[in-house]
Amino acid sequence: MRKLANIAHSRAGDKGNILILSLIPFEEEDFQYLVNEITAEKVKKHLGVQIKGEVVRYVLPEINALQFTCFDSLGTGVTTSLAQDAHGKSMSYALLEMKIK
Amino acid sequence: MAREKIRIGCGAGFSGDRFEPSRILLENGKLDYLVLECLAERTIALAQKRKKGDPSKGYDPLLERRIEDLLPLLITSNTKLISNMGAANPEAGARKIIEIAKKLQLDVKVAVVLGDDVLDKIQPDHRSMESGELLPSYGNIISANAYLGIESILPALESNAQIILTGRVADPSLFLAPMVHEFDWSPMDYNLLGKGTVLGHLLECAGQITGGYFADPISKPIPNMENLGHPFVELSRKGEGFISKVKGTGGQVTVRTAKEQLLYEVIDPQHYITPDVVADFSSVSFEELEKDQILVLGGSGKTKPEELKVSVGYEAGWLGEGEISYAGAHALERAKLAGEIIQKRIGHLYSEFRIDYIGLSAMHGEVLSSKSNPYEVRLRVAGKTKNKELANLIGEEVEALYTNGPAGGGGARKNTSEIIGVVSILMDRNKIKPEIKIFEI
Repeated sequence: MRKLANIAHSRAGDKGNILILSLIPFEEEDFQYLVNEITAEKVKKHLGVQIKGEVVRYVLPEINALQFTCFDSLGTGVTTSLAQDAHGKSMSYALLEMKIK
Repeated sequence: MAREKIRIGCGAGFSGDRFEPSRILLENGKLDYLVLECLAERTIALAQKRKKGDPSKGYDPLLERRIEDLLPLLITSNTKLISNMGAANPEAGARKIIEIAKKLQLDVKVAVVLGDDVLDKIQPDHRSMESGELLPSYGNIISANAYLGIESILPALESNAQIILTGRVADPSLFLAPMVHEFDWSPMDYNLLGKGTVLGHLLECAGQITGGYFADPISKPIPNMENLGHPFVELSRKGEGFISKVKGTGGQVTVRTAKEQLLYEVIDPQHYITPDVVADFSSVSFEELEKDQILVLGGSGKTKPEELKVSVGYEAGWLGEGEISYAGAHALERAKLAGEIIQKRIGHLYSEFRIDYIGLSAMHGEVLSSKSNPYEVRLRVAGKTKNKELANLIGEEVEALYTNGPAGGGGARKNTSEIIGVVSILMDRNKIKPEIKIFEI
């Protein structure tokens, strides 16, 4: 079974209680596949209970990348979260665990 | 005479960043400007607390060491330093720099940027951008700092100071200001400001565009991480530039590292809002000119916002933590038993309480980790409370698991720390009056 990690890389960023994940294919020809398959709904479902708010997807064809902006997703926000990884820095690798065809 | 090209380096991307890369940038980067970005959202609230305790403090705790390290090189390389290490007290920071210069028998002129502290302009009817709640409902407010833009830094650049020390300024503005100053860009030319903001954003986290926060030995190997170089941009008056690093340093600048950093912490790539411009990152693309030299193309912008973001720091209580490890046969089962015991003993005492199994599910939760069975597991217990003694109790109870919990618990640690929360509000920019002050020997 393949994972997103086999075909793409990702970086996690934070702003308050918003988690931001990029998704960038290693090969340009996989970009369209990601656009077709990796929807905001799929990402919200995959990441599970931590994503309490809406997930908005941005498509960036100039750099062949996707971005997922996940609202209400860092506990109570970076500064007051009880989580060990309050910033969600490791969440890029949670996204890359998603199984793909 | 006006320059056709300038070089701006970024030697620190957060308060605790490494020292050596900034030295190397000054020694061999042929820079015109060095930027040290050292002020995270919460850092300024913590600095405000230090200033309250001692009015001669409140600037970045590493300012002294960084300036001692870099001042002689700044002078010999004829490079100007722009940094937000002033934090909550840029004037005290400037006095410290003058003291260091005297000790090193060097001449220096420091321009300080003031006006970001708007604590006295905060009203109880202000509501946070995050939840819409009234500010007083969060707790005791200890700081309020507006994100200033280039208009606050430009007078400091015109003063011809060697060092410009700011408090809260939008990170990309630290880079955009010298571009506008050197190339005489109009503050109304939003496309140019957008391009400059893209370059500033790419640089502001220093090592994050040269392989830091990127390297993965399997899928994204990066050479010589131990000597990771920090980046610089060389740009023309048209706002076109390339990102690179000093030859011989470790790391890599590639189209991939640039893509990851372009989108880092960007909520909406078409509307990246700073005090100077609403920049559009969606038109940006990258091209490799040669090894470790990435040309940045595109980028544009629209009219700057009428309101500035203000970070408000408040006292959010105490965090208590305790950890203990289990290994070998039934490690996970014993760790879970320990977690259940703690939950039953003290879980009900806290407004927020969580139990994590480090090595299993602490980072990504139960679902993604459900099938793994680690050899060793570390129990982590964390709780939030207004009461410091109650916060201490968490570590004490976890430590007591040695003799009152499952078999073979080892390596207990405890920690209590004060939580400073940060929320944001918007403030009419006309209410905020930046000014500069000069300090020299």
